[in-house]
Amino acid sequence: MPTTLDTSAPAKDRFLSAFEMSNGQALNGKNASISSHREAAIQRFAELGVPTNKLEAWKYTDISKIVDREYTLPLSMNVPDVDASDLDDVLIEDLDAHRVVTVNGRVHNGLSDIGTLPDGVVVSSLADAGANHPDIVEAHYGKYADFEDEAMTALNTAFVQDGLFVYVPSGTAVEKPIYAVHLTVSDADVMIQPRHLFVVEDGGIATIIEMQHTLTDARVFTNTVREAYVGARGNLDHYIGQVESDASSQVQTTAAYHEDNSVFSTNTITLSGEMVRNNLTITPDGEFCESNLYGLYLGKDQMHVDNQTLVDHVHADCVSNELYKNVLNDASKGVFNGKVFVRPDSQRINAYQSNKSIVLSNEANMYTKPELEIYADDVQCSHGATSGQLDEEGIFYLRSRGLSEKRARILMLQAFAQDIVDEIRVDALREHMTHRLRERFASYFDRSE
Amino acid sequence: MALLEVKNLHVSVEDEDIEILKGVDLTLDTGEVHAIMGPNGSGKSTLAAVLAGREEYVVTQGEILYDGEDLLELEAEERAEKGVFLAFQYPVELPGVSMTNFLREAVNAVREARGEEELGAGDFLKLVRERAKLVDLSADLTKRSVNEGFSGGEKKRNEIFQLAMLEPRLAILDETDSGLDIDALRQVSDGVNKLRSDDRGFLVITHYQRLLDYIVPDHVHVMVDGRVVRSGDKNLAVQLEEKGYEWVREEAAAAA
Ligand SMILES: Nc1ncnc2c1ncn2[C@@H]1O[C@H](COP(=O)(O)OP(=O)(O)OP(=O)(O)O)[C@@H](O)[C@H]1O
Ligand SMILES: [Mg+2]
Repeated sequence: MPTTLDTSAPAKDRFLSAFEMSNGQALNGKNASISSHREAAIQRFAELGVPTNKLEAWKYTDISKIVDREYTLPLSMNVPDVDASDLDDVLIEDLDAHRVVTVNGRVHNGLSDIGTLPDGVVVSSLADAGANHPDIVEAHYGKYADFEDEAMTALNTAFVQDGLFVYVPSGTAVEKPIYAVHLTVSDADVMIQPRHLFVVEDGGIATIIEMQHTLTDARVFTNTVREAYVGARGNLDHYIGQVESDASSQVQTTAAYHEDNSVFSTNTITLSGEMVRNNLTITPDGEFCESNLYGLYLGKDQMHVDNQTLVDHVHADCVSNELYKNVLNDASKGVFNGKVFVRPDSQRINAYQSNKSIVLSNEANMYTKPELEIYADDVQCSHGATSGQLDEEGIFYLRSRGLSEKRARILMLQAFAQDIVDEIRVDALREHMTHRLRERFASYFDRSE
Repeated sequence: MALLEVKNLHVSVEDEDIEILKGVDLTLDTGEVHAIMGPNGSGKSTLAAVLAGREEYVVTQGEILYDGEDLLELEAEERAEKGVFLAFQYPVELPGVSMTNFLREAVNAVREARGEEELGAGDFLKLVRERAKLVDLSADLTKRSVNEGFSGGEKKRNEIFQLAMLEPRLAILDETDSGLDIDALRQVSDGVNKLRSDDRGFLVITHYQRLLDYIVPDHVHVMVDGRVVRSGDKNLAVQLEEKGYEWVREEAAAAA
């Protein structure tokens, strides 16, 4: 029962009436804890409405103009057919992984190739997890991604249907990466709202790679919410590749929570999309936690990408490392707002944040706002933001040794992106991204020649 | 026909009305080593940069012929392909640019232009080891990012190492001796001497006669205020060391 949102009504009213129509659908009824959040979420959304750039947090990113389109809201459980060959085209070469494919936010078992998992590990749809592992879902679902002040999280929570569920039990290591291939397929403009939940219990180790693709030229708007829990001494290594079409937009909210001695790392590489907003909140709530946040955005054409990050140091003796890099060409726009919050009793925190941008064209713009709010005294925090052009001195050096101007510029850009690429610990993914980056950098100079 | 003929070269800085070179004449042939000396700010590096193809300088008068061809028509990389090499006074640090990858690309670009075959990975590494030895550069340094974290002496030796790799016909050394300790000075000069050959010319910019004890020049030119005011053989460098630049400056003023 796909519902087309009637654009004659204000965006908020459209969602409210779609909610009325779909009530009782989706995950409702399968899992009490998921459905119990829905009513509260839609009420909160009714109060908040679709964010506009009048809000400080959305100042540079007017998502309302993206939301305000006549999308189909696929509310039935049916997913469109996908040819195996279309899937093959997007798969990362030589990546030996537990592959799980979602189509329009729903796990597609036919296309997935999860293989054999260690005992107790679950990689499934959230819908199935709601039925098969209700205790785990109840313990974590909705606990980290707070919708009180986030209208888009409220909207996702109200409409939640499905998404990816990963569970790693205590002391278990998943050696191969879990590789989620997210596909959006639709003839009409479509809005989907996937909901992912990753739970790594104490001492668990996992790597999750998520690649986001669209197999359509239609306009796609994806409003994703992802919650991640890492228990004491656990380690979750997480990667997101945003490689959708130029007609795709998304708001992606990630809320991670981790406990004593655990490590949570996340690396977001954004290569396409019309408007992309990534909200990342990490709460290291235990001693000796390590949180790593990396991001790379390579802008082209009219792309607009906004990374908002928050590391909330609610506990003493933790380390956070944050590095986001941007390259902006053509008329692309970039926004970075990184906040590090050190609470009053959180002593001996080491928090590092850096945002670096290279702006290649006069029409491109980068807006960056690093924010440190520190309420403890015994801490080491640093933040820095730089924005500039390629080093012409360096380019001349390379040219004077025989490299063409184009090759010199590509090498300099690759060098700039290298420390983000080096943070990819999965060889096949690193190769894949290196290749994509090289192609993108080459395309920057092909057009102007 | 000489390898390099600089005739009445006048150079200004782009979008500024300052003339830096005010009529430089210089002829250099293969097999020769020419030294250029001169006080700070006299225009030595500007001449080197114009020869290498830096775009921020504008030639307002005069010409530069390289093998009889108009050098000013060529882009920096085309000059490199034709055998022009500049060892920088201040080699640039390029974090993240791998020395090996960059140099292999450079060597193969130059080889291709000379109609030679591309060097495979194995042959390239062999050449790296061989040429690094020439200037006592640790082969480990070639595995790092270009000049990143190199000491001053390592940077200068790295320039001569690249010279050895690219085998240019015209090698311009801009103060390659500055800031070197005595061991490094000897290593660099030994390297240069081994690279002297009948089909290669050197233009060596320096402030100090002592370098010319190691790299004995065929000709010495003194540049003052954008002009070559005096040329001579290696004894000119000795005289300069004794009498200082005031001597040539006064002479130049008297002649004008
Ligand atoms: N890009 C530039 N813009 C403005 N002025 C310049 C530029 N390059 C050189 N100059 C000026 O031209 C003059 C000559 O500079 P140059 O670097 O060629 O001197 P030099 O002989 O190499 O000096 P040194 O011995 O100190 O290396 C100096 O006054 C310098 O400030
Ligand atoms: Mg100089």
